[in-house]
Amino acid sequence: MNGPHDLGGQMGFGPVAPEQNEPVFHAEWEKLALGITLSCGAFGAWTLDESRHARENIPPAQYLGASYYEIWIRALETLLERHGFASDEEISAGHKLQEPAKPKRVLTADMVPGVLARGGPCDRPVDTEPRFAVGDRVRTRNFNPVTHTRLPRYAREKTGVVEAVQGSFVFADDNAHGHGENPQWVYTVVFDGGEIWGEGADPTLTVSIDAWESYLERV
Amino acid sequence: MDHHDHHHHDDDDHHHHDNRYSDMQARVKALETVLTEKGLIDPAAIDAIVETYETKVGPRNGARVVAKAWSDPDFADWLRRDATAAIASLGFTGRQGEHMRAVFNTPETHNLVVCTLCSCYPWAVLGLPPVWYKAPAYRSRAVIDPRGVLAEFGVTLPDDTKIRVWDSTAELRYLVVPMRPDGTQDLDEEALADLVTRNAMIGTGLALAPEQLR
Repeated sequence: MNGPHDLGGQMGFGPVAPEQNEPVFHAEWEKLALGITLSCGAFGAWTLDESRHARENIPPAQYLGASYYEIWIRALETLLERHGFASDEEISAGHKLQEPAKPKRVLTADMVPGVLARGGPCDRPVDTEPRFAVGDRVRTRNFNPVTHTRLPRYAREKTGVVEAVQGSFVFADDNAHGHGENPQWVYTVVFDGGEIWGEGADPTLTVSIDAWESYLERV
Repeated sequence: MDHHDHHHHDDDDHHHHDNRYSDMQARVKALETVLTEKGLIDPAAIDAIVETYETKVGPRNGARVVAKAWSDPDFADWLRRDATAAIASLGFTGRQGEHMRAVFNTPETHNLVVCTLCSCYPWAVLGLPPVWYKAPAYRSRAVIDPRGVLAEFGVTLPDDTKIRVWDSTAELRYLVVPMRPDGTQDLDEEALADLVTRNAMIGTGLALAPEQLR
């Protein structure tokens, strides 16, 4: 979707303003936001792709005015409600009002080191050979789905070169909506700055994206 | 589904003022209480997660990877070919480090990593991302004006240095291997690791010269 999250090339946000000696967390609630978000992810009720889509569905004025942990919490509440674990009414009341759906697992302290050390690999084998090879010229497709996609707007309908075949991975655009993992080959595609930004582009700039095979057409 | 229906289901009242998130401490605490009462979360697990990213998983991990790559050409070669395995050999694995790629700065090319679509970041080697990495200013400008962004970090590169921006749009996570500073030939891996800042491994900084540490 063309949501507020798709920020590449937008203007007007001001300087980056890095903070000196930044702490890992800026408030106690940020620690809870991280811990609760990861704990709820362990329910096995949604995928990381679905949670990304929940974040990008936050209305633009709210998304752009929120800190990233606030974005996480707003999206988490959407997911908890969607999957029957907790409602807005309960969170506003501050206590349980009804029985939740049953999660596949509840993350306990003893499980944490193993879960974090394993992570969630999303490479998957596919039966087909890669359609493109290193050095091939490719053009990204032009599409504007209302659903999840990982092809940024700035990189649509642009011509670049395949720099690496990275392997085959879960296809986020399908997986975010419960349509299955449907793995595809993923390629690193590099574009000249001028191809993306046109007149006045930095002549020393190249930008790459990691693109699923179905985003690409042969030139 | 028409356009109206599409956004209607996400948030019925977003035309109105939304005060649910005006006090994040209270809102998240209430969420914790509800989920704990339901037996869905374990407060001790949350403490263990927080402790992991406060004390165990952070940019010192990545600095060890870079220092080893500087010191050991075989390791550097392995890192170039199979970063996930090379990094795992030092004990750094897992969440948001499952599929790693290492990109090496050279005198000709400087690498810069961003996620324009969210906040993808190599947690296993750098820990949790800093606020600026997740914020719109960096995510919007890194891909169109990287030199302007670098200047805000105090980094000025020669005009003819090529700048390669890596937008982390899939599940690959990128670690920049900065150039080894001059005058470091006598340093061991531990001393070299002290020169490797988090920003140098994102590309918004360079490795420190030994005299910058004194």
